Amino acid sequence: MADISAEFLGIKSPNPFWLASAPPTDKAYNVERAFEAGWGGVVWKTLGEAGPPVVNVNGPRYGAIWGADRRLLGLNNIELITDRDLEINLKEITEVKKRWPDRAMIVSLMVPCEEEPWKKILERVAETGADGVELNFGCPHGMSERGMGSAVGQVPEYIQMVSEWCKLHSDLPVIVKLTPNITDVRYPARAAKAGGADAVSLINTINSIVSIDLDNMAPNPTIDGKGTHGGYCGPAVKPIALNMVGEIARDPETVGMPISGIGGITTWRDAAEYIALGCGNVQVCTAAMTYGFKIVQEMMAGLSNWMDEKGYASIEDFRGMAMPNVTDWQYLNLNYVTKAKINQDLCIKCGRCHIACEDTSHQAITNLVDGKRRFEVIDEECVGCNLCVNVCPVEDCITMEQLHEGVDPRTKQPVDQPYANWTTHPNNPSVKEAAE
Amino acid sequence: MADIQKGRLAADRLTDNFTDLHPPMSAHEALVEADRCYFCYDAPCMQACPTGIDIPLFIRQIATENPNGSAKTILEANIMGGMCARVCPTETLCEEVCVREEAEGKPVKIGQLQRYATDHLMKTVSDHPFERAPDTGKRVAVIGAGPAGLSCAHRLSMYGHSVTIFEAREKPGGLNEFGIAAYKSTDGFAAKEVDFILEIGGIEIRYETPLGEAVSLDELTAGYDAVFLGMGLPGVNDLGLDGDDADGCIDAVEYIAELRQTDDLGKLEVGRNVAVIGGGMTAIDIATQIKLLGAENVTIFYRRGQESMNASDYEQEVAQTNGVTIRHWLQPRSLEVSEGAISAITLEYTSGSNGSLKGTGETVTVPADQVFKAIGQSPASLLLEEAGLQLEKGRISVDKNRRTSNPKVWAGGDCVAGGEDLTVVSVEDGKLAAEDIHRALSA
Repeated sequence: MADISAEFLGIKSPNPFWLASAPPTDKAYNVERAFEAGWGGVVWKTLGEAGPPVVNVNGPRYGAIWGADRRLLGLNNIELITDRDLEINLKEITEVKKRWPDRAMIVSLMVPCEEEPWKKILERVAETGADGVELNFGCPHGMSERGMGSAVGQVPEYIQMVSEWCKLHSDLPVIVKLTPNITDVRYPARAAKAGGADAVSLINTINSIVSIDLDNMAPNPTIDGKGTHGGYCGPAVKPIALNMVGEIARDPETVGMPISGIGGITTWRDAAEYIALGCGNVQVCTAAMTYGFKIVQEMMAGLSNWMDEKGYASIEDFRGMAMPNVTDWQYLNLNYVTKAKINQDLCIKCGRCHIACEDTSHQAITNLVDGKRRFEVIDEECVGCNLCVNVCPVEDCITMEQLHEGVDPRTKQPVDQPYANWTTHPNNPSVKEAAE
Repeated sequence: MADIQKGRLAADRLTDNFTDLHPPMSAHEALVEADRCYFCYDAPCMQACPTGIDIPLFIRQIATENPNGSAKTILEANIMGGMCARVCPTETLCEEVCVREEAEGKPVKIGQLQRYATDHLMKTVSDHPFERAPDTGKRVAVIGAGPAGLSCAHRLSMYGHSVTIFEAREKPGGLNEFGIAAYKSTDGFAAKEVDFILEIGGIEIRYETPLGEAVSLDELTAGYDAVFLGMGLPGVNDLGLDGDDADGCIDAVEYIAELRQTDDLGKLEVGRNVAVIGGGMTAIDIATQIKLLGAENVTIFYRRGQESMNASDYEQEVAQTNGVTIRHWLQPRSLEVSEGAISAITLEYTSGSNGSLKGTGETVTVPADQVFKAIGQSPASLLLEEAGLQLEKGRISVDKNRRTSNPKVWAGGDCVAGGEDLTVVSVEDGKLAAEDIHRALSA
């Protein structure tokens, strides 16, 4: 049996699945239910400074988009940081950590961008016995308009400054949570590192209007006829998050910096993908908010089974293995030739591959062969684009097969040529320049 | 003494037994089911639909919460989309070839989705979805207010032609009104659909004016610009046995018509032991309904094997689930009559291969208080022949545009040769004929 326990910044947890700072971690009741279900750790919902807590709207705070059968694909929210009293939160954090010493307890923080409030809150957190802090520089709504959350996260200098304060005033590991609402996510990551932060976690939610209510002519969720942008999360954001994780993981300036992966993680496979890109653990929210805490059981069992099948004894055995294979387009092998292949035994003859290729791509799939409904790839036309694979409703019915010998029937070029990329391609004007 | 009674079941049981075979889908069910459609290219379901309804499009319109637009897509191709959704043997048409049947053995429930959309439109939209073109001054006579005739009339009226329908009965709808099993068309749907079709305007129906009696084909061809014949099959095949006319030996079509028209199912006569002769939809429909009316033992006797039955597997299952026994390789030999009423039927075992069939000489006699004849209906061949139309096995020969040998006469539905005797085929016949009549009248 694979060991799925994780260690992140020296913080041990029985598995790499933490609940992200969000509604599921707002109070002891929820967090204890999560631990009972098996979650490895939590990032307690963001605490603000002492005094009257923030207030939330009293109308709807979530909006969503759905796939077939109303599967929730993307969720957005306009909820703020915790609206519970600071003292109650601190007391509950202390009690829960005491009852569940083997689980990771991280406290998310967001206070005004001044040294004193950060110093004060860090002192209070230290008293709880929590394992670390996460700085919420990501929240894109409500708090950002007050100069906090993503308003800080979008200014690398502020990130560095606050990170420095936190390292100065606390012995706890400091994780900086990054906003994706920025042009190049590497800059805030570098700033966090420069400020001495121990790790980054990403992504926080993405600025979004999830839909427009066409009856009220207002964004959803609609509060008394008005709506505002909210933070977008769930399966729909995973590709964006994976790319950002990859960018930071392979940035020479931040390479090796611990990363906690966040964004649309719903199954064990999603988690394994983040870890393969170098993340030391993952944080989950939307999946739990959609299905309840029990889903962690699928995640744990799935990860463990897969690791057993692959012969990975621990998380560290495969962590970061995909990272060296993330590269720039210009380094991709232009002499690698594939063709789509349709397994006729699996084909259900829906014809979507044909029409996608015929209408929008390369006219490389038949719809009739000898007068009969049959979908076959025309190798002379197929550029190997993979669109047919993606629109086919049957798993593994269409596969991309590499040509190993002979010539590509489309280009009439031999397929066994050695690796060559754009940087050396004769059509690349900069190559010509260099030759001169 | 034949054991025939009325009201074998209590009124509430009867009501229960004759509610919708498939209750209509709720909006939620429809959305879940619509999401299963893959929006196939050149979709097999569409190819299998005799009326060529754009099924992927109408299902996508349901999925995108446009059920009335969906209904319009259906009705453009098939103005009786509502009835066809209820009575089509979808298991041998669109749903049989659904790619999800191939993928998982579970086709998208196309028929029920079609019903959802068409019901939605009929319930929520008061204006007829199609507009009648300005009057062309052309007049077309249509024989029969059944599926073929009404479909033809509606399409002609859309083009601005004026239509007069001559209907033999006192009510419109044809087999939709008089023939379909009661649990497939509840709440007077057949009549509602006719009203809906007539909303287009420009269609007049003259009742109790059968062709050959009240009106002749010669008169019609002389008085109208074109004639469409959609009178169905007026006759019923006899068993050809002594006792055919005894009490208890009943024409299934007639009984079903009575069942469909009655306002009290408890008034129908129901035997304890019932034999049904035949292997088609009528046999299934009468057997299932007589069972639901309270008959104790109901057996369908069919002279060939199960694979030759015209009724679909699904329909056979409906009968069997309701307690009907189906026996194959038995043909009627004689009827036992006592005191003027049927008491038993003797059947001979048969054997056959490659279409040939012969009796084995061995017989079996089973008690029967009622024997239902469901061995097919017959065309009005004599009348049609006298009218000078070219026939094929007694039915009217038509070309692909449903034109007969008489250049002013078109025909469709069960009265033409080569059809499948399905509502949906009749609707298509009427539509195709109307298109061709329109071309002819516009030329």
